[in-house]
Amino acid sequence: MSSIKITYHNLLAKWHILTGHKLFWPVFMAAGLVFCIAVDTFDFVDLYLQLILIYVGINIILTVSLNLINGYMGEFSVGHAGFMAVGAYVASLLTVHAFPAGVQSLLFPLAILAGGIGAALVGFLVAIPSFKTRGDYLAIVTLAFGMIVKSVLENIDAVGGPRGLLGMEKLTTLPWVFFWTALSIWVIRNLVYSNFGRGVLSIREDEIASDLMSVNTRQVKIIAFVVSSFFAGIAGGLFAHALQFINPRMFDILKSTDILIMVYLGGIGSISGSIIGAVIYTILLEVLRPMGIWRMVLMPLMLVLLMIYRPRGIMGMKEALMFTPLRDLVTEKLWRQKKKEAADATD
Amino acid sequence: MPLIEISKVTHRFEGLCAVSDFNLAIEQHELIGIIGPNGAGKTTVFNLITGVYRATEGSIKLQGKELVGLTPHQITRLGIARTFQNIRLFKELSVLDNVRIAHYGQIAYTPAEALLHIGRFRSEEKRITNQALDLLAIFKLDESANEKAKNLPYGLQRRLEIARALATEPALLLLDEPAAGMNPNEIMQLMDFIRWIRKTFSVTIILIEHQMRLVMGICERLVVLDFGATIAQGLPAEIQANPRVMEAYLGVEVAS
Repeated sequence: MSSIKITYHNLLAKWHILTGHKLFWPVFMAAGLVFCIAVDTFDFVDLYLQLILIYVGINIILTVSLNLINGYMGEFSVGHAGFMAVGAYVASLLTVHAFPAGVQSLLFPLAILAGGIGAALVGFLVAIPSFKTRGDYLAIVTLAFGMIVKSVLENIDAVGGPRGLLGMEKLTTLPWVFFWTALSIWVIRNLVYSNFGRGVLSIREDEIASDLMSVNTRQVKIIAFVVSSFFAGIAGGLFAHALQFINPRMFDILKSTDILIMVYLGGIGSISGSIIGAVIYTILLEVLRPMGIWRMVLMPLMLVLLMIYRPRGIMGMKEALMFTPLRDLVTEKLWRQKKKEAADATD
Repeated sequence: MPLIEISKVTHRFEGLCAVSDFNLAIEQHELIGIIGPNGAGKTTVFNLITGVYRATEGSIKLQGKELVGLTPHQITRLGIARTFQNIRLFKELSVLDNVRIAHYGQIAYTPAEALLHIGRFRSEEKRITNQALDLLAIFKLDESANEKAKNLPYGLQRRLEIARALATEPALLLLDEPAAGMNPNEIMQLMDFIRWIRKTFSVTIILIEHQMRLVMGICERLVVLDFGATIAQGLPAEIQANPRVMEAYLGVEVAS
């Protein structure tokens, strides 16, 4: 027994050393990108599997970004699909109507970025009034926001009304999904492990104490909300160009619920948890597809069990060491060094 | 000029007068105690000074600058920090992060630099982390820097709360019942500790307390509140002899 345990710990320690190396992430990213480009160019992976991988990426972006609000900040937003819709429509309108036909794939990143910026602006507008109130009110405001987005889109004929938008080319490829997923994880991790991220966490812990400890809580909330909705918009743009068809019903409360489930399944306040949650949920949905309607019985049942036995999700409030930036290791190093110096001085 | 000048401050909750006509001027380096029975409005005074409540009437000036109408974080940045009657640490966060959060206002990098971890991010984080660790070392909490705040024993939690308040670099420190839940021996240590803080960090201190031993032992001046009204102000010895204070604390003698 003990030998197995030691091996496991050794492996874990080796893994931590490997992931802590400063070249780990660049190499990992480059390898991932090369793999994705290879898959995209040579098509040696089943197309269905490729599509699932694309959805996994999109869902990771949605989950990580919603986790910033619901997990790290401890507020409760249920309108994430609304921001996704804004991104999807902005990006699709650009590629379908604004960009010339020949260069669409070149301008695609710009369309996605525009979708993200559009969603971020809307997020900003929603954040200003909703954070003047406290607690549960954000849930109500974002619930209403989701409904408003849906009915506005259904009533604008220029964007297809309830029929939706068609005619997007299949521009969402695996390399692009990989790029945007990596970017969203990186940026949100950076935010979480910064002054503003600590502000976000302190709001979750005790908002009044946080304000009294000089944290500008309104500023922090708005930054977090804008960043979160920006990436929801990015995910929306990618989603629209993967499916090549969108309509307002795709972005209703059920979609928001899906994202919430992934957040709470993976674990609140954790980037690795968000990734795990999104991967498991997306794959399970596909694996259980043959079960037909029973899937909708099994999935909620699993969630109920999860909430009973692991109420904070798989990785709740824990983080894989690989997602804590080098800075934290530096912190500990500095601390040990300091203690050593102090000890030397007293000798 | 007094460090803080509170004049004619009144605060009402829906008709209930929590604090009425409160006046207090404090010079640099003074150590003032606010005492009074439960519900007298002592914590409300702290909440008014720190901007948690907005005074209905009156003015509060810190070094001549009006505080009424400012938000709590603005007031904290002007140099007022506080602790809480029932400890309010960021329980799930590390001891180090509790202190680093209090440095929020002293960090120079912008949100863009934070999102991309570029520019001043690294150097600022290093500076703040070192400052926080230094502070923790002064308070003998550096050993537990990476532990969650909720896992500290009660006494250390109290100490961490004071360290966190001092991390905001205050000129005025408000301590809300620092001796709550302490035995006489610990209170003696706390008295030395408070004197030491005042000297080391050169702060002016106002403290709210029930423990007469502590208040009489270290405060230079006392304010006694009862039902929101200031019933006495003066030196500890004067307060002890004041019949109105006795009355507020012990009630009126019926058969005299």
